Amino acid sequence: MSTTVWLIPFFPLLGTLLNALFGRWIGRHAHWIAVPSNGLSFLASCAVFLSVGRGETFTGDLFPWIQAGAFKTAVTALVDPLSAVMLLVVTGVGFLIHVYSVGYMHGDPGYARFFTYLNLFVFSMVMLVLAGNFLVLYVFWEAVGLCSYLLIGFWYQRKAAADAGKKAFIVNRVGDFGFGLGVMYLWVALGTLDYSEVFAKVGTLSPETATVIALLLFAGACGKSAQLPLHTWLPDAMEGPTPVSALIHAATMVTAGIYLVARSHVLFERSGVALDVVAWVGGLTALFAATIGLAQTDIKRVLAYSTISQLGYMFAGVGVGAYAAAIFHLVTHAFFKALLFLGAGSVIHGLGGEQDLRKMGGLAPRMVTTTVTFFVGAAGLAGLPPLAGFFSKDEILASAYHAGRPWLWALLLLGAFLTAVYISRAFILAFRGAPRMSQEVARHIHESPRVMTAPLGILALLTAVAGVAIGIPSAHGTAFARFLSPVFPLAEEAGHAGLSALTLLVLSVIAAVAGVLLAWLIYDSRPVNAEAIGRPRNWLHALLLRKYYVDELYDFLFVRPLVRVAGFCARAFDLGFVDGIVNGVGRLVVGWAGAMRLVQTGYVMNYALATLLGAVVIVAFFLSR
Amino acid sequence: MSAALVPLAPLLLVAATAGLLIVLDLLPPREGKGHLGVVALAGVVAALAGALTLWGREGRAFGGMLLLDNFAVFLDVVICYAAALVLLLSMDYLRRNGMESGEYYILVLLATLGMMLMAQAADLIVIFLALELMSLSLYVLAGLFRGRLTSAESSMKYFLLGAFATGFFVYGIALIYGATGTTALDRIAAASGGLQRDPLLLIGFGLLLVGFGFKISSVPFHMWVPDVYEGAPTSVTALIATGSKAAGFAALLRVLFSTFKVAQPDWALLLWVVAVLTMTLGNVIAIAQSNLKRMLAYSSIAHVGYMLVGVVAGGALGAGGVLFYLLMYTFTTVGAFGAILLLERGRQEAVELDDYAGLAARHPLLALTLALFLLSLVGMPPTAGFAGKFYVFGAAIRSGYIWLAVIAVLNSAVAAYYYLRVVVYMYMREAEGVPTRPAPSFAGRLALGVALWGVFQLGLMPAPVLDLAQAAVAPLLR
Repeated sequence: MSTTVWLIPFFPLLGTLLNALFGRWIGRHAHWIAVPSNGLSFLASCAVFLSVGRGETFTGDLFPWIQAGAFKTAVTALVDPLSAVMLLVVTGVGFLIHVYSVGYMHGDPGYARFFTYLNLFVFSMVMLVLAGNFLVLYVFWEAVGLCSYLLIGFWYQRKAAADAGKKAFIVNRVGDFGFGLGVMYLWVALGTLDYSEVFAKVGTLSPETATVIALLLFAGACGKSAQLPLHTWLPDAMEGPTPVSALIHAATMVTAGIYLVARSHVLFERSGVALDVVAWVGGLTALFAATIGLAQTDIKRVLAYSTISQLGYMFAGVGVGAYAAAIFHLVTHAFFKALLFLGAGSVIHGLGGEQDLRKMGGLAPRMVTTTVTFFVGAAGLAGLPPLAGFFSKDEILASAYHAGRPWLWALLLLGAFLTAVYISRAFILAFRGAPRMSQEVARHIHESPRVMTAPLGILALLTAVAGVAIGIPSAHGTAFARFLSPVFPLAEEAGHAGLSALTLLVLSVIAAVAGVLLAWLIYDSRPVNAEAIGRPRNWLHALLLRKYYVDELYDFLFVRPLVRVAGFCARAFDLGFVDGIVNGVGRLVVGWAGAMRLVQTGYVMNYALATLLGAVVIVAFFLSR
Repeated sequence: MSAALVPLAPLLLVAATAGLLIVLDLLPPREGKGHLGVVALAGVVAALAGALTLWGREGRAFGGMLLLDNFAVFLDVVICYAAALVLLLSMDYLRRNGMESGEYYILVLLATLGMMLMAQAADLIVIFLALELMSLSLYVLAGLFRGRLTSAESSMKYFLLGAFATGFFVYGIALIYGATGTTALDRIAAASGGLQRDPLLLIGFGLLLVGFGFKISSVPFHMWVPDVYEGAPTSVTALIATGSKAAGFAALLRVLFSTFKVAQPDWALLLWVVAVLTMTLGNVIAIAQSNLKRMLAYSSIAHVGYMLVGVVAGGALGAGGVLFYLLMYTFTTVGAFGAILLLERGRQEAVELDDYAGLAARHPLLALTLALFLLSLVGMPPTAGFAGKFYVFGAAIRSGYIWLAVIAVLNSAVAAYYYLRVVVYMYMREAEGVPTRPAPSFAGRLALGVALWGVFQLGLMPAPVLDLAQAAVAPLLR
């Protein structure tokens, strides 16, 4: 298996290098390198997945890295059921999105650059998942952040895109600072960063130390997975090309935080407190982001807040110890959210770049494939049975309830209701009702090319069947949970007090259906007034439209004071004091140089005289000693 | 070859090649002497390889007048590198300027022979002869561009002042002979122990230093440098700046460390002052230059100051650091002069700062190469310049010359200004007038490539070469 493992990151890296070095000549043929390299990586992942399915695991060094005194570390890879699942998702969804990009990015001047970054991202994400110790994890954690930055700002000529890229990077840095500290603390406390050794030694940590380390790591996870209070970058990240939003900011990179907590669950369990924090941050974010999603008018922003909200569900899941359920939701979410984003991309493509829901409507007859697949994705997100989202979300809700946290469960149930509302609203505003776009745009509406709709179809199929295939609960947990049981031991099914599993299931179906019905009542049963949608109707609506004023708050609390201090330092201290000294010295030296130059007369006699004087001084010096 | 001649193999290879060239020059073709350059290059490379195989051997020849030790081998290698790179740069350069001739290559080889002789000399008389062989060849080479007034002026000034300095040198040898009765370096060392305060010996030693000071261009014997460097053909400038400096340091280090070891406290104090004056003067005046060749001339004076820091520090660290510095300086300086030599504007060489405005936009690779050489001269990691400065200044601190190191570091900071100014011109200014363009020359590019390899080889993995340099100075410090 070791060779196959090695191949998984190798192909995307090779693709990156080829397109980076020769992109100028490859140009619009870049996908002939990027897509196959990702495809091969996917095949290698499948092979690895199958051998993991037979019960094999793999730990080994891909190559030695740093050796400095007592500190030795290698690029270690770890393949177990958890990483095998993640690898499949990353390379599989990645492959579909690569294919989709061939159509979506067609004709873009930065075509080769786009595929270079995309391959680099797949490489980094694969390495993040494969990493066998915290240091390698940290390095590739930053690497995917870099790719995210590069791809958000892909259209760097647009100020909004460049700003969004910076914002994503800086907000992530806040969390990653904590992550870095956490890794260092781990090294200090345990003297090792290898997963296996760290998790074996966790018992020697005091719960307090474990709490501090776990919360520091969680800070990084919050940043990467856009949880409260570090969620602000993700909606802005929608400035990037839509395939990027689908791959990085919905399906894969943003789930790295979930993966981190799940991977180090032993550490979080040692702390206990940290798990509570994770659960509540997740639950609150799930509800918080869902409410904002209700009011957004940009189709991609609706989906962005939906992503934040769904990530909240996953955190709530790991927080209550339902790791397998959280990872299952991660997988199904990757399918249906990628599907929704790609569908949105198809709509945007068909409308010539329009993202505003208020200027859509009535697209269903014109874009049949997109409509059908988007509908499947929306139903999956809303949690309608028997789609994948229903099974995975219900697992989390049930686990929360059975873990003895009815309040958290209530929060998540309310969130599920709101989710059904906002995604139905988005679907109705985009595809149903009367067209609201201009005549000019309306004439050019077209279904996207086959290369874009084919990935939509595959993802829709996955969304439809994944739940039934591997997510049906039984006495021994779901098939998926059994696969992951080497990493996350199955919980013993105990008799639960309170509501039964079936009751919970029915309740969550009711919530979803009620949400859909409400949206239908408001937006579909009578013609919508496009003007009214984006205008604040009352203070609550205004609050949601402005996203709770979090951006404004951060601007007031951090950005503006920082800019003011920096401005002061730059003007008063740097320009006035430091530059004053530097310039003064510079002027002095230049003046001196001009004067010294005069000595260089060009007359041989003068030169000879200098030599003679020098000789006299030297001889006199030796004689005087 | 008889065993007695083995220590002289590199010298003989160069001398034989020079002889061969004299014959080949008489044979057809009359026009186009490019093939002579190739033969000369082959000879120098063979000498380089020969020198490398002699590493670790010791021997003497001609009744002890010449010797071979690791020190000589190391400097032979430095000198051969300089000569080989200069030959590569010369080939197309001479043809472009219509001055291709057999004499040029013969003279370069003879100058190289003189330099290598200085590294292998064990007697003051041989040092003097080698010095003259080298100098006379270089005087002629400096005036090679007969039609140009600056070239003729350069040659004349170099010759007059060189002759003047040689006068001091010979007089110094005579006085030392008078005091000790010998000109062999080891016997002078043995004899001078007893008559330390003999005025004859002291004056003789002082006058020797004047001669060496002229060759390595330390203050106040540096005045010829800017005029000669500016006027001479650029390839010759590169040879004067690297090879002849290495040869001067070779003889100087041998005389200082093995012959006049007893007077070390005295000459260290003197050289402390000379080092400070040399680097400060070089750097300060370089700031005011707008002609690149002149700027590099002052910069080369400043670098001599840095090398003298290593001499003052002494010991394996200091002296070894100087050898390392010489090697890295050879690569860097030949590279910088080489990049200038390859550029022309109209039919003129591009030597003014303005010629370099906007170069990066039109010739990014060449601009980057020149920028890297300049950064190495600044002493920026990971280039060789950083490692060189690091070792030399580090040695000064180890030996307790904290202030000398501080002054040297401050000087390096000042120097960054005028090197980086060229980079700024290349990357941040718009070009005006006739665009500067690189002359097509495979050999020239090859030379730049080799020099760049040297800059990064010594910059990224300096330790092996430093070990060799420290092993090389071991025979002097015994």
